Amino acid sequence: MQSVEPWSEVRKMDVLGNYKSVISARSTDRDILKKAQDGGIITTLFAYALEEGIIDGAIVAGPGDEPWKPEPMVVTTKAELLAAAGTRYTISPNLSLIKEATRSYGLDRVGIVGTPCQIQAVRKAQVYPIGMRDVDDKIALALGIFCMENLSYQALEAMVEDHCNQKMESVTKMDIGKGKFTVYTERGAVAQMPLKLIHKYVQPGCNVCLDYVANLADISSGSVGSPDGWSTVFVRSTKGNTVWDGAIKAGFFETKPMDQVKPGLDLVKKLATDKITKNQKNVDARKTIGLKADGTPKGLRNPYESP
Amino acid sequence: MAEKITIGELHLSGCTGCLVTLADNYEGLFKLLDDYADLAYALTLVDVRHVPEMDVCLVEGSCCLDDKLSVEELKEARAKSKVLVAYGGCAAYGNITRFCRGGQWNQPGQEAYVPISEVVDVDLFLPSCPPCPQAVRNVAVMAFLLLRGNDEQKKLATAYLTPLMQLAQRGNEACGCDLMYDVINQGLCMGCGTCAGTCPVRAITMEYGKPNVNRDLCIKCGACYAQCPRSWFNFDVMNNYEGIMDAIRGAME
Repeated sequence: MQSVEPWSEVRKMDVLGNYKSVISARSTDRDILKKAQDGGIITTLFAYALEEGIIDGAIVAGPGDEPWKPEPMVVTTKAELLAAAGTRYTISPNLSLIKEATRSYGLDRVGIVGTPCQIQAVRKAQVYPIGMRDVDDKIALALGIFCMENLSYQALEAMVEDHCNQKMESVTKMDIGKGKFTVYTERGAVAQMPLKLIHKYVQPGCNVCLDYVANLADISSGSVGSPDGWSTVFVRSTKGNTVWDGAIKAGFFETKPMDQVKPGLDLVKKLATDKITKNQKNVDARKTIGLKADGTPKGLRNPYESP
Repeated sequence: MAEKITIGELHLSGCTGCLVTLADNYEGLFKLLDDYADLAYALTLVDVRHVPEMDVCLVEGSCCLDDKLSVEELKEARAKSKVLVAYGGCAAYGNITRFCRGGQWNQPGQEAYVPISEVVDVDLFLPSCPPCPQAVRNVAVMAFLLLRGNDEQKKLATAYLTPLMQLAQRGNEACGCDLMYDVINQGLCMGCGTCAGTCPVRAITMEYGKPNVNRDLCIKCGACYAQCPRSWFNFDVMNNYEGIMDAIRGAME
């Protein structure tokens, strides 16, 4: 039995999680950049991993049967990857395909992209594979995306159609940044709404989430911290490090040191701290939400304490 | 190498799928048996007729109250084991045997089946139908560390096994409805799709980002809730996922 690292040093992660390096980056692939939300990091990393045989396929948020409704799908080619590029601001239950990918598709090396909570689910599926047969050693690359909160499809529809007065099917891009939700059509950026108005639409499960930058991913990425068209990239695990180094050497990305870009890492840290502080308060408030007969507080279930 | 622990499998009203799952670790089973655990008792795998003393007893199947031998053997296994595990959906929650109303061939008189925790105290639940080979492997390695490891390893094993022990305290009723009652109704679901991916009978689909359970298909195995990252998520273990997975991989090499 090889020695386990000292358990007394239980890793207390800071708000940005453990990472080996952080850098600002952009894909060098023009086809990807045309379709990408920001720097095209996730699409390009999967394209590189497919090409190198690091993964046989990836679970991504592909196009669904309604406009801007993502459908989880298993992709095995760059063309399929491209069809799934870009952000859709609603839930894509990517974990629902994890056994489909490993068993029905028979993939031995699976890539998966997810929000921080979805990456938590991936790691739980690996460490406690209760109903996840033959999954644990087949997750070859778990890519995380920064996430403040998520919305149901119906909420996104309300924002686009009611608040912004645009038809879902005529929208060409949606973007969140600089405190605003912006809707683009073929005529350009046609409507905006302040982010504070969308709080009532956020799904409740997001209010107890204590992770902003996908702390448990192999590599995580998001626009925050980097200039327009670029993304901030955290390289976290040993596996992530190998993949990132390989992709850089192969010329898949151009990069800038994080301390030389605006607005920089401080903004990522600020938003992560804001989210986690707010949601930790929510988690704590749940403990005393109700009232027992003896006058002491009655709490709701806390997933961070017990099932 | 420390002395091995002893593991047994008591087979009650189950389909042998859980035992097959243990064997489905293939060469991993040999590694477990070579270095970490002796198989002290198991239907079909070990020629031992009577329930022996064991460190860990995996109980497969629910307990048929109409079968005196089942009740007696279960009590004996409890008395003779240090750690009693409800191994699989039937032992933990009744699973498919929850639907039995008697009249079946070839024991039509047997109709009362209960999760084993109705009859004995259970230390740890390992749900799903069947549980995964990797899950029982991890529990076996962690049980070895708990009983034979140094202080650090004992701490790790305790932290790892704690949620599975808490699951045993939560109750012995499971259903796809748990996703409604204990996740969505509690304001905790974020739509990751784990439950749908986990369900062994494909009873769960994701509709607009939330699970929809076809209750006619649900067999009450408990997999969806146990696998859900919002049933429990223990940061002390999960933040160290890389180290734990490396350690388990290392143990199995």
